[in-house]
Amino acid sequence: MKFERYGKGIAKGMMVTLKHLFRHPVTVQYPEQRLHTSRRIRGNELVWDNIKCTGCATCAKTCPLGAIQIVTSVNAVENKYKVEKIEVDTGYCIQCGLCVEACPYNALFMGYAYERAKYRRAEVIQTNEALLASKERQPSGYAHPEIAEKLPEQTLLLERIFEEE
Amino acid sequence: MVLSNPGINTLFRAASLPPDWPGGFWWHWLVFTVIILAFVLTLVMGFIWFERRGMGRMQARIGPNRVGPFGLLQPVADAVKVLIKEDIIPAKADRLVHWLAPIVAFTPVLLVFAVVPFQNGALLADLNIGILYVVAVSSVTAVGIFMAGWGSSNKYALLGAMRDIASVVSYEIPVVISIVSVVLIAGSLSLNQIVLAQTLPFILFQPLAFLIFFIGASAEINRAPFDLLEADSEIVAGFHTEYSGMKFALFYLVEYGEALAISAITATIFLGGWRGPWLPPWLWFLIKIGAVFFFMVWIRTTVPRVRIDQLMALAWKFLFPLALINLVITGTEVLVWPEGLPWFLIFVNFAIAAVLILLWSKLFRLGWGRVEVRTIR
Amino acid sequence: MTLRTEPFVLNIGPVHPSTHGVFRMRATLDGEVIVNLEPVFGYLHRGIEKLAEERTYTGVISLTDRLDYLASMSNNLAYVLAVEKLAGISVPERAQYLRVILAELQRIASHLIAVGAFLNDCGAYFTPFLYMFREREKIVDLFEMLSGQRLLYNYMRVGGFNQDIPDEFMPALAKFVDTMPHFIDEYEQLLAQNEILLARAKGVGILPKEPAINVSASGPVLRASGVKWDIRKADPYCLYDRFEFDIPTGTAGDCYDRYRVRVEEMRQSLRILKQAMPQMPSGEIKSEVPHLLRPPIGEAYGRIEAPKGELGFYLVSDNSIAPYRCHIRAPSLLNLTALREMIIGWKVADAIIIFGSIDITMGEVDR
Repeated sequence: MKFERYGKGIAKGMMVTLKHLFRHPVTVQYPEQRLHTSRRIRGNELVWDNIKCTGCATCAKTCPLGAIQIVTSVNAVENKYKVEKIEVDTGYCIQCGLCVEACPYNALFMGYAYERAKYRRAEVIQTNEALLASKERQPSGYAHPEIAEKLPEQTLLLERIFEEE
Repeated sequence: MVLSNPGINTLFRAASLPPDWPGGFWWHWLVFTVIILAFVLTLVMGFIWFERRGMGRMQARIGPNRVGPFGLLQPVADAVKVLIKEDIIPAKADRLVHWLAPIVAFTPVLLVFAVVPFQNGALLADLNIGILYVVAVSSVTAVGIFMAGWGSSNKYALLGAMRDIASVVSYEIPVVISIVSVVLIAGSLSLNQIVLAQTLPFILFQPLAFLIFFIGASAEINRAPFDLLEADSEIVAGFHTEYSGMKFALFYLVEYGEALAISAITATIFLGGWRGPWLPPWLWFLIKIGAVFFFMVWIRTTVPRVRIDQLMALAWKFLFPLALINLVITGTEVLVWPEGLPWFLIFVNFAIAAVLILLWSKLFRLGWGRVEVRTIR
Repeated sequence: MTLRTEPFVLNIGPVHPSTHGVFRMRATLDGEVIVNLEPVFGYLHRGIEKLAEERTYTGVISLTDRLDYLASMSNNLAYVLAVEKLAGISVPERAQYLRVILAELQRIASHLIAVGAFLNDCGAYFTPFLYMFREREKIVDLFEMLSGQRLLYNYMRVGGFNQDIPDEFMPALAKFVDTMPHFIDEYEQLLAQNEILLARAKGVGILPKEPAINVSASGPVLRASGVKWDIRKADPYCLYDRFEFDIPTGTAGDCYDRYRVRVEEMRQSLRILKQAMPQMPSGEIKSEVPHLLRPPIGEAYGRIEAPKGELGFYLVSDNSIAPYRCHIRAPSLLNLTALREMIIGWKVADAIIIFGSIDITMGEVDR
């Protein structure tokens, strides 16, 4: 005569919960402890290199939303484009990274930082010099392997938590 | 070793506190009222903290740890938050009933502790109907809950309150019967005498009664896995939907206060109350209460919820017959050995409990199935 | 004298305490029993099919992410397969192996949420949910290593992938595949034989075989009802015919069977991963595709076995840089057709469980 449903399932389940009581919790106490993000993170801003940029506006054409606005004028003497205004609406941007992949001159990068919240909507729109790289605005390695090599390695949960099997 | 009758045991009599310690009736009453109030309120806060951290650790995360060291002041922060909230009363509510309900629900929780012994003889009133008083008084909470549901003028609150009454009334019966089995062995209704009679804890002699009491008591206080009235899968939050501010805090206190009361009663009648070697007796009492509550938290973390009809089926078809059979068997044992139960009955009782549970798992089906419905378009 | 009762309409509103998104059920109750159910959705309609007509073929990929936002790689894969069928582009073998690996990892991640949310609805107070999320975190970390984002990856492209996998991906994946079965076993031990779960989920919300086929159910819902239909075996795409794996089916078609089918599918996915990882060749990761793709005039339907069911993209092209019409066959929407039949006759608490066991994502239902 086979017996089932007499409480064995509940007892087994309770052993699992008890085992977890003695394991290290997986919580990370932000902001005192932080993890390294991926090297290819598509952080929520764009970093622009105004020396390499030629004003071709391929990024603006590729953007699915039209979040990049580029206004150029022709420098007739040297027969080059001069970028008068480049404006990125970071609030509208969906961080897909298509613009970074599309740039033929490697002049556009995704941002590496992710704590870029602002208090006013107007501050989210970034223009010209505000888009240049600086200490707070590091470029990330998305579509740029040479930058990805220099960034710290990503913290993986697999490495952080050790559990006895 | 023979479990002896309390009348023969003079060793403990000598160490017992006199009933009017420290100096007369009124001082005794005052000291113990203060002790009980401090005990209940502090330990309820401790329980809230313990549950949140314990459940957090079992779920592979840390519980609250920002407010105070180890999050110890988290219940205090909750209390402060709740106190500064606006007290909203629905427009069509019955104001007197709405106002009285938390009070009627909370007072019995405090009253129960009047007969729980913290040490030998250290209780507010050593009533010789101890456990009967506990059962009677704790039923008043159900009235308070129904007043809350009725006074809210909310259809769903009333529904939740009625379900609560149904479950409380259904689970009273197996709980009381299992208490009677313990009383038969101990020979007295007074809680102090029950503890004195436990040279071996009664959980060894009455495993089935312990199980029935624990499940039944968890269902009465609406704790997981029977917390379907406060669950998210129900439509609203049950009888305390329309409460906010301090009144809601009182209901919250009722929930944890009853958990504390049940832990205290379980520790007293099944685990041997304040008895134990080396450590002072009140410390043993606290340790046992903590152990019972840890078990409740453990079950809450692991087990899913039952449905309302499954809840009723569990009470009437599973716990009630088992409680009756246990009572008959215990009565027979006490009849055959009136001077005290011999130790080999421990194994006999465990065997009987195992057989009965296995047998019932075969015969018993939880809840209805699908109802045939005439389609309404 | 009989008591006169009246059924009343209860709104199980768009904002649920449990997960699954903004979905509204208007239930007619007679006492505690549900006698009629009317699902109302559309709260998350964003016009994805219309927006797809205004973006280039590559730009639509970032839109398809947001369909079933919990299984983003699968959506990308279905769309990219449809475009490749339309334009006649072949994909290098390394990219195909990588697609299989990513699709299976995504299946595990999506089923983890499905099972966790189902058990949460049953009342196990967030414990299995948090354990699932701990494991899903490991998968999401791997995806973050590849694409840079944790939820909406936008990683697959027409013709392969734009960026190859970094060196640390394969060792980390191997470690994950080694440790995961132990976790699934532990998880089974937690709740699979739990009596209360059996009492609440076994025999509840039965969808028999014939009605399941008639309402075009697919995915775990169909397989739990006893129909052995899996597109990976029936219409293999992307090298699935090179791997050995079983298709778990249920017998009764109740909530418990759906839950078991999902857990078994996780194990089978691990099996596929173990086979695919050593076989992956080196080589090119993307074939030559123009930046602004103009497929020839025609139509194509590309479908995959997404975690929720059969996800299909029907694309019509008129030789311009954007699709002329993009229609999405969403599995969650079609699985919902069976909801009314399954719920009628049960109680309100069961309604939540049955709804959770179908496992829908509102992004797909409403598009």
